[in-house]
Amino acid sequence: MKKLVVIGAGMASGRVLEHLFEADPAAYDVTLFNAEPRGNYNRIMLSPVLSGEKSFEEIVTHDDDWYAQNNVTCRFGEAVTGIDRDRKVVIGANGEVEYDKLVIATGSAPFIIPVPGKDLPGVVAFRDLDDVDKMKEAAGGRGRAVVIGGGLLGLEAAAALRLQGMDVTVLHLMGHLMERQLDESAGFLLRRDLENRGIEVKCQASTAEILGTDKVEGVKLTDDTVIPADLVVMAVGIRPETTIAKAAGVEVGRGIQVDAQMLTSDPDILSVGECVEFNGQLFGLVAPLYDQAKVVAATLTEYKTEFVPKELSTKLKVTGCDLFSAGDFADGEGREDIVFRDPARGIYKRLVIEDNKVIGAVFYGDTADSNWFFGLIKDGTDISEMRETLIFGPGFQGGATADPMAAVAALPLDAEICGCNGVSKGQIVEAIQGGATDLAAIKAVTKASASCGTCTGLVEQVLGVTLGDDFVIPAAQSMCGCTDLTHEEVRRLIKSQELKSMAAVHQELGWKTSCGCHVCRPALNFYLLADWPVEYQDDPQSRFINERKHANIQKDGTYSVVPRMWGGMTTPDELRAIADAAEKYNVPTVHVTGGQRIDLLGVKGEDLPDIWADLNKAGMVSGHAYAKGLRTVKTCVGKDHCRFGTQDSTGLGIKLEKKLWGSWSPHKVKLAVSGCPRNCAEATCKDIGVVCVDSGYQIGVGGAAGMDVKETERLADVASEQEAIDLATAFMQLYRENAKYLDRPYKWIAKVGLDWVKERIVDDLDERRALIERFELSQSIYQKDPWAEHVAEIADTYKPLADFQLEAAE
Amino acid sequence: MSTVANDWVDVGSLDAIPQRGARVVKTPLGCVAVFRTHEDRVFALDNACPHKKGPLAEGIVHGNSVTCPLHNWVFDLETGQAQGADQGQVATYPARVDDGRIWLEASFLQLRAAE
Repeated sequence: MKKLVVIGAGMASGRVLEHLFEADPAAYDVTLFNAEPRGNYNRIMLSPVLSGEKSFEEIVTHDDDWYAQNNVTCRFGEAVTGIDRDRKVVIGANGEVEYDKLVIATGSAPFIIPVPGKDLPGVVAFRDLDDVDKMKEAAGGRGRAVVIGGGLLGLEAAAALRLQGMDVTVLHLMGHLMERQLDESAGFLLRRDLENRGIEVKCQASTAEILGTDKVEGVKLTDDTVIPADLVVMAVGIRPETTIAKAAGVEVGRGIQVDAQMLTSDPDILSVGECVEFNGQLFGLVAPLYDQAKVVAATLTEYKTEFVPKELSTKLKVTGCDLFSAGDFADGEGREDIVFRDPARGIYKRLVIEDNKVIGAVFYGDTADSNWFFGLIKDGTDISEMRETLIFGPGFQGGATADPMAAVAALPLDAEICGCNGVSKGQIVEAIQGGATDLAAIKAVTKASASCGTCTGLVEQVLGVTLGDDFVIPAAQSMCGCTDLTHEEVRRLIKSQELKSMAAVHQELGWKTSCGCHVCRPALNFYLLADWPVEYQDDPQSRFINERKHANIQKDGTYSVVPRMWGGMTTPDELRAIADAAEKYNVPTVHVTGGQRIDLLGVKGEDLPDIWADLNKAGMVSGHAYAKGLRTVKTCVGKDHCRFGTQDSTGLGIKLEKKLWGSWSPHKVKLAVSGCPRNCAEATCKDIGVVCVDSGYQIGVGGAAGMDVKETERLADVASEQEAIDLATAFMQLYRENAKYLDRPYKWIAKVGLDWVKERIVDDLDERRALIERFELSQSIYQKDPWAEHVAEIADTYKPLADFQLEAAE
Repeated sequence: MSTVANDWVDVGSLDAIPQRGARVVKTPLGCVAVFRTHEDRVFALDNACPHKKGPLAEGIVHGNSVTCPLHNWVFDLETGQAQGADQGQVATYPARVDDGRIWLEASFLQLRAAE
């Protein structure tokens, strides 16, 4: 009888032996090595073992009896130390075994990220039963676990540890979970479901260090966040385990290279499983491994067949998280999307169509028909006939159209519709059922939309949803082509539904495009950072170039640079530094702006970080002359010099600018402080203008001197400087929280009314204080010099990716 | 910085361009904008809008389109065709991603260098 040696008792080699004994039980005398002290078991069921839903015995695929029946010599718990191909022997720790044919099935090894502390007790991978035992022991059903890696394996580990009663945090380097299998929308829903079951998820989290002395105590991220941990699970990825094959001189690329018969470069050695590379491809899911196993058994019994990789699909084995992905779901030339979103049920389905065939699919929340769609992908079925109703699945013909009111219909009854008067959807529905069947009646009965009016559209939609065809909603201007909702409705829903990411807005509000457009993205980015300063991560790619590069783009593609001059004050040193910078960077135009500062025009994009670094060195920071945010505080010289000055207008201007700078707002905001009613600083045409008088300060708001010219309206007269600063700050925050993106304050006040503003920040002292506190919280994150930050962190991105000009010259 | 392998030139790592962003590659005949979409596809186009030469690399990238930063013309990254009511076309060049690197076709760069 010929001798077969198999190295590695994994899922692939288990299948090989089954097929082999089926085809010809007498063909080989088999010896099976396994470094783990046990035989074949179903490795993909390790997560239920970890969670306690299954026992190890339940996932064993081949027990001692099976090996005995098939005369397999088991050498479990014995590592193979080498292969001598000349003598055709495998060298084990306890002695050599001869072979005629050898199957290498060494599988894969977990990738351990090379950070300090990776070897501490309590840091484990998630590959085999020993890892599971270590985790269970470390967990003891309590404590905190950090799982590094938000892919399939990491999330299964996280869910299992959570079921074991641990507090679990998942750290994921990419922007959304399972990015290889899911698009952003599905990734968002998955994240929400995991968070609902108490698992904390941090994306774009890069691990810097694992902390601890005798054992793991925490994980430190590159942004210096520290997460305490009693257990750290590394599940960032796997790599083929090829050490033995490589040492034996078998050809190895990323994996052990095999042909379609699963033969390696040595015709007597075959390989199977996660350790192989076929046509440049690696394999991590079980389906292709089983296909390979069939081919290995065939080759061993000299029956010629071929391994052909098939389309793959993925499902996550986490109870309650229903997701499915298959095929290719990237956008592409000639590809079209069919997207279905049902926010109420948390369902997202996306099909990618090319040449009338389904080539990719991502489903979340409802995967009942996934096999049918997977069949369409595998078979390349022509779907042109059923395209209209395709997304609804195999059982559906006749079709329904997407409902533009779905988002409002999906709101729970306790969701707040009118923020001013605290009116919920339920109260409005009750009023409608009580006979209030139009907007005016709702306003009268519930007060909803009776104050600032920005929720009018939503109230109308609640009327529409409740009354059906009996109510015709007046047409309103939608935000852009991506949605039917208006800016005001989107703002309101971001608050009431607590939407804290762009993907959340897109999914929950039924966005019609996959990632928005240049109109909605900057607006959403602002709304999210204004409403959720702590939770939301600013997205530079959703900002207009000026705010992304912190400089104003000019018509020739160069930029202008304007350093801040607090309250219009400067010094000889600052002026010298500006002059030096202008010369050093060949600035063609130096201009004094209307906001009392100096504009350097014509700076090349590549030079921006260098000129900023020079200006930073002289103590200057960005003037945000490019921002939808605080621009300038213009002042006159006040009572220090002017014979008419009544107060320290310059000092107040500087204090206001130091308080408000760095904040983002719906549109630009300009301030001025004049020292007397002669108003040399032109404070009465600013967004916020202060005119000093003997008795104190007159605060005006909503002025304009641009496309429209408008005098400020008086907000209040106050006696002290502190009150003036408080009112300006509270006004800024009220504007930030409520105005439509790209409405200057005067346009916003025209909509909500000055009285509404006064009620909140002049009359209601608690509200004023709360607004100031929220502003200060936001400033704790956003009040920083973006120039210094970009110089330190991303200066390289201002340079070209590559430069072929020089090469051509050489 | 760049190595010639077959007919493709490695111009940099995919990670060097943010998703929904772009970077510029300089050639003797002007800049080429290399875009990366939110689905990690890459496209190379002339970095000049046919309208007023706006630098497209600085535009907002959405889906497979980019909006020019100067006057909001929108271009399809696949075809270089202006969208909507605007009329115009930007030259496009072959680009691909392999093993985390971005590759442009060498013959195109040589062509631009030789002209």
